[in-house]
Amino acid sequence: MRDTSTSEIENLIALMAKLPGLGPRSARRAVLHLIRKRALLLTPLADSITEVAATARECLNCGNIGTNDICPICEDNERANGELCVVEDVSDLWAMERAGVFKGRYHVLGGTLSALDAVGPDDLRIPRLLDRVPAEAVTEVILALNATIDGQTTAHYIADQLSGQVRLTSLAQGVPIGGELDYLDEGTISAALRARKEI
Amino acid sequence: MEWRDQGILLRMRRHGEGSAIVDMFTAEHGRHAGVIRGGASRKMAPILQPGAQLDLLWRARLEDHLGSYQAELMRSRAGAALSGRLALAGLNAVTGLLAFCLPDREPHPDLYLRSERLLDLLGQDEIWPLAYLQWEMALLEELGFGLDLSCCAVSGALDELIYISPKSGRAVSRASAGEWADRLLPLPAVMRGEGEAGTGEILQGLSTTGFFLEHRLAPSLGNTPLPEARGRFLDVLTRQK
Repeated sequence: MRDTSTSEIENLIALMAKLPGLGPRSARRAVLHLIRKRALLLTPLADSITEVAATARECLNCGNIGTNDICPICEDNERANGELCVVEDVSDLWAMERAGVFKGRYHVLGGTLSALDAVGPDDLRIPRLLDRVPAEAVTEVILALNATIDGQTTAHYIADQLSGQVRLTSLAQGVPIGGELDYLDEGTISAALRARKEI
Repeated sequence: MEWRDQGILLRMRRHGEGSAIVDMFTAEHGRHAGVIRGGASRKMAPILQPGAQLDLLWRARLEDHLGSYQAELMRSRAGAALSGRLALAGLNAVTGLLAFCLPDREPHPDLYLRSERLLDLLGQDEIWPLAYLQWEMALLEELGFGLDLSCCAVSGALDELIYISPKSGRAVSRASAGEWADRLLPLPAVMRGEGEAGTGEILQGLSTTGFFLEHRLAPSLGNTPLPEARGRFLDVLTRQK
């Protein structure tokens, strides 16, 4: 087939196609849309990407992604309320922030322990977490890790390391909002039944 | 090529954006990997957890290709495993050791059955440690490092078998041990299906099986260290002592 685009545009399409959720076809459509809305979308997007590429970095304290060495959450003194929420990934932190119910600080591990994949405590931000707890006078560590075998193995490991130093809690497991029992897997149903409460 | 079998999921890793490569311990085909299309999706996440019992349909153009699986959940063990620290550590130890020890595509139907039964006991913390010890002994036997606890290797005596020779893996009686006793491994009665199955005795038995796993089995696989998950399981068990 004859090439109908210039190499720069093809290059952009190839890069866009590497983004999660996009393939070559959808990347082509997105690039075409950007070019058609050059002033409205393409130029501001290019400027924004350049700026983020130059400034984005991990927070030295918690591992969140921001544009300074210390992220806004860690800099906010009002969030130093003694509660520290441990999450696996930055996307989990953002999800918690979207909910807007947690007013403390976070700690992003950057993954979970996995003996099979040779991921040990030192490959994650667990040593930094152990330093932060006494340094920031943390009174409660909330282990908001995924309800997976790896996630809970990591939670138990951290709980063992911090045992006796601080109050340790984890997120509840059970039926999600809007969930129908008929569609739930048996693991979730058994976890929900074990965590039942009086009404 | 196509076959249908049942298997225990040992590990899963993402492959590309939406697929997963799973390592299964199957009943008739041994440890066998394959791709599950869409295996990294949210819908499949609760299904593809280590320890899950899956009904599998494997397809590939040639036998030595990785191939792809169609998987259907038969039994999830995540609920039982997440119910407690011992169960979770135990599940990790079992799947970790199986992934560590088993050769690819070599059937071990007896070990498969024992592993399935052991995992079905997850959550029953009173009996699980003993079942795990017996399973480790079966694992050693299946892979060619079985322990012979029937009689004393030196005298043939049947009584007071309280040691195991680290060289031969055979039982040694108190009388025959003599001055070599401190160089022999402990043989708690629980390993011979006798006596009280207390946590202390089970831990002693696990230290003996651990010796053979570490010094006999692991070197035969290229000297890689045993999975950390086994050590963590022993830590949890020790704390419960």
